[in-house]
Amino acid sequence: MTLSPRTLVDKIWDRHVVEDMGDGWALLHIDRHLLHDLSGPGSLIDIKRRELGVGQPRQVLAIADHLVSTEPHRMAESSSVGSAMWAVLKEETDTAGIEVAGAEDPGQGIVHVAGPEQGFVLPGLTIICGDSHTCTNGALGALAFGVGSSQSAQALVTRVLLQQRPRQMRVTVTGTFGTATSAKDLALHLISTLGASAGVGYAIEYAGPVVTAMEIEQRLTLCNLTVELGAKFGLIAPDEKTLAWLEGRRLAPTGADWLEACAAWQSLHSEPGASFDREEQVDATGVDPMVTWGTSPEHAVPITGTVPLPSDAANSDQARSWSEAQDYMGVAGGKSLIGTPIDWVFIGSCANSRLSDLRAASEIVRGQRVPDEVTAWVVPGSEQVRREAEKEGLDRVFVEAGFAWRRSGCSLCVAANGDRVPSGARCVSTSNRNFVGRQGPGARTHLASPVTAAAAAIAGRLVDPRQI
Amino acid sequence: MVTAPFTVVRSRAVPLLIPNVDTDVIIRVERMMSSDPDHLAKWAFESIRYDSSGAPREDFVLNDPEYVGSEILLAGDNFGCGSSREPAVWAVMGLGFRCVIAPSFGDIFAANCLTNGVLPVSLPADAAEQLAAGARRFEEITVDLPSQEIRLESRCWTFDIGRVHKLMLVDALDEMALAIRHLKTVERWEIRDHNERPWAWTQGRQAGMDLGEHSP
Repeated sequence: MTLSPRTLVDKIWDRHVVEDMGDGWALLHIDRHLLHDLSGPGSLIDIKRRELGVGQPRQVLAIADHLVSTEPHRMAESSSVGSAMWAVLKEETDTAGIEVAGAEDPGQGIVHVAGPEQGFVLPGLTIICGDSHTCTNGALGALAFGVGSSQSAQALVTRVLLQQRPRQMRVTVTGTFGTATSAKDLALHLISTLGASAGVGYAIEYAGPVVTAMEIEQRLTLCNLTVELGAKFGLIAPDEKTLAWLEGRRLAPTGADWLEACAAWQSLHSEPGASFDREEQVDATGVDPMVTWGTSPEHAVPITGTVPLPSDAANSDQARSWSEAQDYMGVAGGKSLIGTPIDWVFIGSCANSRLSDLRAASEIVRGQRVPDEVTAWVVPGSEQVRREAEKEGLDRVFVEAGFAWRRSGCSLCVAANGDRVPSGARCVSTSNRNFVGRQGPGARTHLASPVTAAAAAIAGRLVDPRQI
Repeated sequence: MVTAPFTVVRSRAVPLLIPNVDTDVIIRVERMMSSDPDHLAKWAFESIRYDSSGAPREDFVLNDPEYVGSEILLAGDNFGCGSSREPAVWAVMGLGFRCVIAPSFGDIFAANCLTNGVLPVSLPADAAEQLAAGARRFEEITVDLPSQEIRLESRCWTFDIGRVHKLMLVDALDEMALAIRHLKTVERWEIRDHNERPWAWTQGRQAGMDLGEHSP
């Protein structure tokens, strides 16, 4: 029997089918499981209520991120909303024998930053979390996806989930990045050109010379925004860079296991001639620094572009949604965004809070000063990122420029822990969602890269980072 | 968790045809600390349902008394995109909806619907528009799961659903219970996998060990 050439997704999928349920549905084995303090407690309580137990607790890693305080001298109790959820997460994970990290632990961080960083995420694994940005972890060649708290509970007990084999899309990125552009700009470019629902039902594999040339942290950013394109899986085939990045991390395999893993990962890529349901090509050379003007990540334009006119929308529903988004954001169709005064800047989130993001932003702000009327925050993606950045003196660069240097967590990306952008205030944010009220009721969010956000912080308005 | 079998639902349908309604709009994060359906229903769609003083917006369809008791929500493209928060589905259920019809759904939202016994039906945009026209005239729409049909007056559209999910909805079966029935197979798979992929299992881990630093 000759097998037709398989894709990366096919290979991981086929390896994990425990039971074929017909029509493309399967009980898929879930190798690893991340829990956080917002969705994790509900899953664990669900299991307790049903008088069931966690099947493979050592394949689970729990970290408090959504609800932790990001204040400099925080403790577990510092977040009033988070302390009760943390108490449940801590008690239930201790009972189940699951490793857990909270606000006072050195391994704390946003799950999609700390998980890869600690070597918990590996190529070829299936990984879930009660969090849509679990797709971030696909950057290491894992099939990683977000689920609700009920499916999270199911997988904790049974290690399988009923899943449909996704359609497959490959996005091939050619060319080279221009000045001040990065994976974030590429992702926003893709979402704005293909649309926020382009990926519904798909797994998206990113490939091509630009992806190969990207450092791992940039790949994590690219995969992170896959869910904003509508797909719950985004992934990149592991290569030598992936292996070098993973080797020696705390939970990565060691010794003979490491060698065996590396051997297995050699074949973890889409074969020549493998077929995809959809193929997209994008030339990174033509991608400018991007910024969003509205309330969906697809509402993005080059920083030098103009806000679209509702009269140019494809249909009346889109015209109405553009016009409502523009009212909410206080921007006008047909106008440039450059020069728009801003009130807040947030550098953080599982999209852009890793060491390389902080380094890039720090280069812009070094020796500069944030105007008094702008509140600017840096929230490192993990405590490890924070410690490493401090070792390099990045904290001093930011603080001297007038930024607040905070502790790790989701913070202003989801505004669940009490950190909020005030109503009506305009925030340039390196996070991944500009939804209505996402950073606080009435808050106005412009998504951008760390470099564009840093440039805006210094200028006090939206600016083209290439002009700095 | 599924509580009631889903066979045929017939009711007026609420036309909420806004594209890309995300789950943050369906339920804000700070409202999720309670899973009480009445609490979630009260705060469902709050940023578009209430004005800045907290009063219901008269021009918002969910506040229209003509639609009280509707069990079908007609939504726009990519409904439920964004966050995986399951309380978004509980909020929709709290409002009394048992079926959501849209051109497409956020994948995780659709999965959460099925887990909770809510039927997500994907129909082409033109079918959704015809249904919406009927819904605005307060005509009743029939959702027939056993025959996989949506009916409005004399018109009829068929829809797809996986065999297992159809069974689970019609018989009100719980997904956890289904998976537990296969636990022996899972255990056999895992024993084999331990041998084939020892590196995928974390037996070397010790909780609370010194983290150390790893400089990339």
